[in-house]
Amino acid sequence: MMQNPYMPKSAEITKITKHTDIDYTFFVKSDMTLKSGQFVQLSVPRAGEAPISVSDFKDGQLEMTIRKVGKVTDEIFNKEVGDKLYLRGPYGNGFSPEDHYGKELILVAGGTGLAPVKNFINHFYNNLDKLKSFRLIVGFKSMKDRLFVDELNKWSQKFPVNITLDRPEEGWIGSTGFVTDHINKMLMKDFENTHVVIVGPPPMMKFTALGFSQIGLKKDQIWMSFERKMSCALGKCGHCKIDETYVCLEGPVFRYDKAVNLID
Amino acid sequence: MGYELSNTKFDEILADFSKEYEILAPFKIKCGGRYSDTDNIKYMTVTNLSDIEYKEKSAFSPKEITFPVTETLFHINGEEVTEPLYTPKKRLVFLRACDIHAMDRVDNIFLKNGLIEDPYYKRRREEVSFVLIGCQQSFENCFCVSMGTNKANEYSFGIDFSQDSVKIEVKDSDFDRYFNGQQEINFETSYVKENDIKVTTPDPSKIDPSFFNDEMWEDYAKRCIGCGRCNFSCPTCSCFTTTDVAYDDNREVGERRRVWAGCHVDKFTDMAGGHSFRNDYGSRMRYKTMHKVYDYKKKFGSHMCVGCGRCDDRCPEYISFAGCINKVTEKTGREEL
Repeated sequence: MMQNPYMPKSAEITKITKHTDIDYTFFVKSDMTLKSGQFVQLSVPRAGEAPISVSDFKDGQLEMTIRKVGKVTDEIFNKEVGDKLYLRGPYGNGFSPEDHYGKELILVAGGTGLAPVKNFINHFYNNLDKLKSFRLIVGFKSMKDRLFVDELNKWSQKFPVNITLDRPEEGWIGSTGFVTDHINKMLMKDFENTHVVIVGPPPMMKFTALGFSQIGLKKDQIWMSFERKMSCALGKCGHCKIDETYVCLEGPVFRYDKAVNLID
Repeated sequence: MGYELSNTKFDEILADFSKEYEILAPFKIKCGGRYSDTDNIKYMTVTNLSDIEYKEKSAFSPKEITFPVTETLFHINGEEVTEPLYTPKKRLVFLRACDIHAMDRVDNIFLKNGLIEDPYYKRRREEVSFVLIGCQQSFENCFCVSMGTNKANEYSFGIDFSQDSVKIEVKDSDFDRYFNGQQEINFETSYVKENDIKVTTPDPSKIDPSFFNDEMWEDYAKRCIGCGRCNFSCPTCSCFTTTDVAYDDNREVGERRRVWAGCHVDKFTDMAGGHSFRNDYGSRMRYKTMHKVYDYKKKFGSHMCVGCGRCDDRCPEYISFAGCINKVTEKTGREEL
């Protein structure tokens, strides 16, 4: 076939960073042109293919922060620097940082949900003047589940970063409770000009969006990034369809006024 | 142009076709059904008129000709990923009007949805020519008239079968040469004018997302067993899952393949990490129904369901899809046609 959209390209692993026992970041060589929040179909031939979000990209290299939770990711975790992973993409709409310029931006991430927005956060770390204010609320299950600890420290030098653990833990002096416990009107000075971006597991996103709605934020002030099973990422396999919306084509990032009507 | 010719003569013409085409038609597999002593009718390669089961409705649709149950996307040898060899082959497919419409519905998914055409589907689709099997009467559970799929346009020639002779309506003049010299008649391929089962379709613009939580779906939660027979017999269900396999004999060698998937079947939405959606069967019935008679139309302009009734033929729980559509319409409002 002249053009086969299912054909993956090999990409050499240049570096692996271990965050926790089950969360690693894989750096691979790639010439893809990407946007924050987009994803790739990542595969290990003979193990399978899975949609994986790209956490960051620069200088002909892209990073994917992956949790070891299934057949494909088990095989990925057996790989070492110099080995190859197989990629096709990028897919999806991704985030548009410009949508939030001039606003008070609150980003709420739960666990590995931090990965698809790492590049987005770095964009504002480097262009903080584009926002009125920026605040990060990040939830992890426990201290050992924390990701991007160095980045979180770096980011907190420039803007408020509230890290919250699900339960109190010895040696932890930060916040505790779910991210939803930290939704508060006091977070924003200019209510009308506040935008919220939410990324995390489905129930966390649902309740966080509800929380911000309940304190009066309008649906067009909230964005979220969906995660669904996908086999093709091309609008063919049908797994990610919700109503007439294909998450792989029109998502994974949706504004809440659209997302609230996407009933699985 | 129309022709009438004896079955014996038509067999000779089928032999002529076979030189150029692979002929695919509904074929009865004796005792091949899912219960003991029942037959199965599915699409197979045929050479004679006697092979073609035209008296009954096929249990499986012709979709597997363009969208095989299992298709190898890539061969994998170590780290090397290669496309499988493919030998082009012209195919002549005998099918009914509803199934011709169904092919159009599947075309929309594989060729139009998203920005990219599916090359595996496209190459098979381009090789296919249709022969319309005339329906001289409606079968059980059919509701093609209600869905507007009782008449088709895209076919090379139409055929009415009978005990001794066949009547032919040639639409694509390239096929006239096969029938030259036969008795010429005025003939239009038969089509169903009325079904026992009638359906009124809902108006997609009147359906509100809140209807997705309607209590009517709870009935199906109790009755559906999630076997997916409706999905796999449906001529318009086109979902698939890709999986990789490593061969038992040599784990270094394997393939990436895609296999039919069904939204009624467990694991359809399962993601690594344990999240899934529509865990009750009522939600799955709602999801399928809404695709067939609501959201597909919003996207592509026609209902996905073609009213072939195969889902109702095959459901082990006797769920009536026609009944379900009518219930949706009753609750949300009918569309003006």
